[in-house]
Amino acid sequence: MTTLTTGRPGRRASATRSGVAVVLRYFGMAVIIVYCLAPFYWMTVSAFRRPSDQFQLSALPRPWSTANFSAVFKPDVGFERALLNSLIVAGITTVITLVIGTVAAYALARLEFRFKNLVAAVIIATSMFPPISIVVPLLKLFTDIKWINTYQAMIVPSLSFALPLAVWYLASFFRQLPAELEQAAMIDGCTRGQAFRKVILPLAAPGVFTTAIITFIAAWNDFIIALSMVNKKDMQTATVAISRFTGAYGFDQPYGTQMAAGVVVTVPLVIAVLTFQRRIVAGLTAGGLK
Amino acid sequence: MTTTAPAVALPPTKPAPKSSTRRADHGEGRLAAVLLSPTFLVLALVIGYPLVSALRESLYRRGEGLDANGFVVSGEHFVGLRNYTDAFTGAGGSRFWNAFGNTTFFTVTSVVLEAAVGLAMALVMHHALRGRALLRAGILVPWAVPTAVSGLLWRWIFDANGIANKLLGQQILWAADGWPAKWAVVIADTWKTAPFIGLLTLAGLQLIPAELHEAARVDGANAWVQFRKITLPLVKPALLVAVLFRLLDVLRMFDLPYLLVGNQKHSVQTLSVLAFNEANNLHYGPAAAYATLLFLYVVIVAYAFVKILGTDLIAEARAKTPARRRRSATRSLAGRGTPA
Repeated sequence: MTTLTTGRPGRRASATRSGVAVVLRYFGMAVIIVYCLAPFYWMTVSAFRRPSDQFQLSALPRPWSTANFSAVFKPDVGFERALLNSLIVAGITTVITLVIGTVAAYALARLEFRFKNLVAAVIIATSMFPPISIVVPLLKLFTDIKWINTYQAMIVPSLSFALPLAVWYLASFFRQLPAELEQAAMIDGCTRGQAFRKVILPLAAPGVFTTAIITFIAAWNDFIIALSMVNKKDMQTATVAISRFTGAYGFDQPYGTQMAAGVVVTVPLVIAVLTFQRRIVAGLTAGGLK
Repeated sequence: MTTTAPAVALPPTKPAPKSSTRRADHGEGRLAAVLLSPTFLVLALVIGYPLVSALRESLYRRGEGLDANGFVVSGEHFVGLRNYTDAFTGAGGSRFWNAFGNTTFFTVTSVVLEAAVGLAMALVMHHALRGRALLRAGILVPWAVPTAVSGLLWRWIFDANGIANKLLGQQILWAADGWPAKWAVVIADTWKTAPFIGLLTLAGLQLIPAELHEAARVDGANAWVQFRKITLPLVKPALLVAVLFRLLDVLRMFDLPYLLVGNQKHSVQTLSVLAFNEANNLHYGPAAAYATLLFLYVVIVAYAFVKILGTDLIAEARAKTPARRRRSATRSLAGRGTPA
């Protein structure tokens, strides 16, 4: 690692050292790629084995089989319904979060007002809140008002982590836009609201979009809320459904089916993330650093 | 939380337009209130209410009890701080301290490992000439995998007949109760989140002006000295923010122990899992007490971290263009007398 720090990109280093540095560099990159992808690879490979070959530990399935995927989508498993539930919960959470969060983020990023630091502190503090501290009291409340096994019972608690997250990322995106833009619009006769709608929002669209992806993934990946608020099978979200798979083929732990379902749940996210990787990285680091 | 600290630093970093908007300040305040109120309304409902409700709930207990006249009353009854004292010393005492210990162990071990691995990743990525896009793509994969799915995936990897044992040539019963189970959780958590720390740290690394390293090289500093005296101190703010995020996240860990090992397993039961189990058994009072204690633990850790290490998250919240960041980074280097 120490040798790696010598050669900065684009800088001249002595010939012998740079040879070693290049090799080490590529070695380091290879280690990272293997580290990140090996478990994911193993999930995919395991999903494509025949259920009877589940404990075959070869690097590639022999033979390939989609039996695990068929098992995931067997009618009595209800996994399509679980995917739909996840989509509804994560989608509605994202939309509500963006609508409410955008205006709050704009205020934080652009307006001068008293208690601004306090407001920012409260928002970041709420994002640290442990979900279990929300789940326990809300579970009781929702039982009392008959909300158990409803979408709103999952959406409302999801707002608790999605909203601070979104406000945080959006504010950092808004801050990156030059303030002169809306000042110019306001000089030209726009009200602040118009300047926001017609100038800032279109320009911030990539940031809003990135925040939408990050929020959606956070809500899609939720487990504890969906696990607590729902006990009826056809209201389960995908993450809970996978964890409750029972061995269709007589294994006590249906790994093959679970891995196949894991692939189904994860691959769309991975594709989305890879498609928008630049934006997401920019979003994550902006939210973390600014 | 640290509202006083940033206020000191406020004037020099404040951007210029303030003077021109002075006239509109009153209107801006009102507008800000209007724009922020929906968010705060929602937060009051989904965080404020549960917080207060959990506090209240933790003072009650469901089930049968005897009232003052010796009659059996069912339903909820007020027990004062009994849920808390029971958590610390009484019947549930050993369970609480076990969960507290596990939570602390996971937090310390995972975050230390993740910070080390993440920093190493960031350094490699920073010096990658080509293939940076590939690396970034790879690094986002663990981040995108749902924690629940990653829990099941690692459960399969750590199965007694799984790939981990085969590669190690061992017969470790990872999912049984005990130390292997703890390490399985730590490994799974590190896999998923070290790349996230790597990303945040990389962003910090990229803000270090190249001239600093050049100057140091001219002065004869070797790679290790450069790393220790330039890279590490300058990347520290970014790394600390990432570490803080991770700390608070691991403290509330639930999915991994629950799915990777099992929710009744003593050796990996975290405070979240314990509270969840109690709530599931309709012991809302003790569950609320555990949840409240966890919340306090998170608050204390966050406060201590910010106080001791001076991670100025609130200052980070203020407008900071990359250019200004860079300048302040340079300034802080110039202003440092002794290495941190």
